[in-house]
Amino acid sequence: MIDRRGLLKTAAVAATGALAAPRLSLAAGSKTLRFIPQANLANLDPIWTTQYVVRNGSLLIWDMLYGVNEKLEPQPQMVEGHEASGDFKTWTFRLRPGLKFHDGEPVLARDAVASIDRWMARDATMGGVIKKRLDALEAVDDRTFRFRLSQPYPKMLFALGKSSTPTLFIMPERIAATDPFKQISEYVGSGPMRFKRDEWVPGAKAIFERFDGYVPRGEKADWLSGGKRIHFERIEWQIVPDGATASAALQNGEVDWWETPLPDLVPLLRQSPNVAVDISDPLGNIGSFRINHLYPPFNDVRARRAVQIAVSQEDYMGAVVGDDQSLWRTLPGFFTPDTPLYTEFGGEPLKGKRDYELAKKLLADSGYKNEPVVLLVATDVAITKAQGDVTADLLKRIGVNVQYQALDWGTVGQRRAKKDPPSEGGWNIFHTWHAGADCVNPAPYIALDCSGPTAWFGWPKSDLVQEKIAAWYDAPDLAAEKQAIKELNKAAMDHVVYVPTGFFKGYQAWRKNISGVVKAPFPVFWDVTKA
Amino acid sequence: MFAYIARRIASTIPVVLLVALFVFSLLYIAPGDPAAIIAGDQATPADVDRIRASLGLDRPFLVRFFDWFWHILQGDLGTSIFTNLPVTHMIAQRIEPTVSLMTLTLILSLTLAIPMGVIAAWKHGTWIDRAVMMVAVLGFSTPVFVIGYVLAYVFALRLDWLPVQGFTSISEGLIPFLRNLILPSVALGLVYMALIARITRATMLDVLSQDYIRTAKAKGVGQRGMLFVHALKNAAVPIVTIVGIGFAALIGGAVVTESVFAIPGLGRLTVDAILRRDYPVIQGVVLLFSFVYVLVNLGVDLLYTLFDPRIRY
Repeated sequence: MIDRRGLLKTAAVAATGALAAPRLSLAAGSKTLRFIPQANLANLDPIWTTQYVVRNGSLLIWDMLYGVNEKLEPQPQMVEGHEASGDFKTWTFRLRPGLKFHDGEPVLARDAVASIDRWMARDATMGGVIKKRLDALEAVDDRTFRFRLSQPYPKMLFALGKSSTPTLFIMPERIAATDPFKQISEYVGSGPMRFKRDEWVPGAKAIFERFDGYVPRGEKADWLSGGKRIHFERIEWQIVPDGATASAALQNGEVDWWETPLPDLVPLLRQSPNVAVDISDPLGNIGSFRINHLYPPFNDVRARRAVQIAVSQEDYMGAVVGDDQSLWRTLPGFFTPDTPLYTEFGGEPLKGKRDYELAKKLLADSGYKNEPVVLLVATDVAITKAQGDVTADLLKRIGVNVQYQALDWGTVGQRRAKKDPPSEGGWNIFHTWHAGADCVNPAPYIALDCSGPTAWFGWPKSDLVQEKIAAWYDAPDLAAEKQAIKELNKAAMDHVVYVPTGFFKGYQAWRKNISGVVKAPFPVFWDVTKA
Repeated sequence: MFAYIARRIASTIPVVLLVALFVFSLLYIAPGDPAAIIAGDQATPADVDRIRASLGLDRPFLVRFFDWFWHILQGDLGTSIFTNLPVTHMIAQRIEPTVSLMTLTLILSLTLAIPMGVIAAWKHGTWIDRAVMMVAVLGFSTPVFVIGYVLAYVFALRLDWLPVQGFTSISEGLIPFLRNLILPSVALGLVYMALIARITRATMLDVLSQDYIRTAKAKGVGQRGMLFVHALKNAAVPIVTIVGIGFAALIGGAVVTESVFAIPGLGRLTVDAILRRDYPVIQGVVLLFSFVYVLVNLGVDLLYTLFDPRIRY
């Protein structure tokens, strides 16, 4: 007979055994992929917001007319084919047969027209340009739609298939009819996965379930093009805000794939026998030292050149990504390295030894009289904090009276939009970074726009830069495009539209039982499998 | 007594509303712009302005305040700017993990800390007393996130006994529920445990020197009865007070613990909302926390009467 102590002992052992049991009962099978995204998926309207995490989730739910491959060439996706008039003013597209939305309704040309309309209203770069040139956008029949433009637009396919945000996704007409400045309330697409709204806990998890009605293209998948074959019944996005916790969860097998491991934790992950680590996005990112062109001292190009020639990209990149030199390189230009239009023409001010004495002289010549220079630093974002600290040091070295304002990103987002003088709540400098995918050419590259009052924050104005951007738009072939970009790079460098602080990449990490993970500017879930 | 309870509950309403007004005003004057966050880094200033207008954030303070207040009176906490979901729905999604974490933390803390404090007082000046106080000092001085990382490293990564992160609802079974919550509860509970153990020890030392304890000893009352029936009951009022006060610290600690262990609770919801300036969510959660805190204090007041019948309201 068992006594009280014996019973308690047995119960304790049983409880300990159950608690310490292998994770088999909790671990999801090979039909579920558990993924830690770069950020919280707080909403799912890829037109209303331009957050990359929203675009990435949307790639599962909604399909695209065109999708870029790894060479950044737009390939037909929902489209069967197109016809362009010789003058590039009329573009006619025909949808693939058999496309269906998740609610079972067929995808029709009028859905594409409504989706394009909403996208054009929010895409200030390519969509906005098309809208300005648009005479008519009409559904010809259920599967055919047509653009009629007042001016040629040879970059149409790139615009319809661009991966930078806002990306053009095709939604049912009733959803696409939503005001582009208001969120949609239904997440019905025709992509390979459907969104499980009933299981969505913003800030914690988002669940995608395979859509059996999806008909992938016959070609092999290549980034956003080709057959998007999903090998999982469910993809679970788990939001893990703390890097150390995400690292431990990956090592412990509680998640399968982590999109953006912190560089500091990568050596630890590499030591884990079950974890693979590699570069995530070959197009990387470009660090940005953004200057307000409206107010002294930086309304004078000599003051802008002073900081430009003092910038040591090695210092910035060391602060942003650490000692791992495989992750960064210097960038004497504005365009993404290793892409067809990359050039260093005109990039001399960012090359060679830094000349602080010349910088001081230029600053004095510009009429700088030790007035405070307001530096906005978002200290809650590691990349902006690191860049801000290097800039503060640099400015002090060349004799600038720096007013370092430590803020959070939300506040910087508000402050940078203020056109008031720096002494009245405005600013002189802030830092950010641009995804390399957005800097492959001038179309998605809003940070290079020099249209003055309507330009991006800092409001640079240069007719020469605008002229070179226009030359690229009108370039009939790649050689002409390259020439236009060379001249644009030099003009933008001379005007110091902004100062690139270097080119850097990030890592991704996954369990070794996962295969098919590719390097891309977005997580590519198709053709990923789990043993 | 019932009239007293009703009065106290009624008195929470103006307190909660004052807190709400304070938070609303604070958020209004605080810098930061949800429209800029929504619009993203590539947006033009005109885009940001249009989003701000569509969210109604360009309206004057009083208009926004009375609009919000009118909805509160109807039990509507509003809709999240970012998720487009009702705030009540978001709170409902997050309440179970936080309540579970705090309940388990309270159970662990009270069941360990009170006996520790009693024993330390009883064995005053011995190595047991010093050991208990050392644990208490350690608990006090080590930040929650450090304890969390150490526990996760040892019990999840090294020993592979427990998961690193996440939450499983109790409806999916007690064992998975506990597996996920043990480490966070210990991490969160250590500070609380240290606080209660120290107060219990100090109060018990005072009580144990009282005449009636000597009398009880002289009458031959057993050690356990003397400590836990006679002494502890008389030491209970300050302990209960500190348990109530410590509850606020527990709420603050839950924010950190939920982040470290990726628990989808109200703490993380609050942090996410603050970072994004999701005003309706911040206001809703602060209202809830202030209401709960007021209720906890009411509970503490009522417990006084239980432990000390001389106290009457």
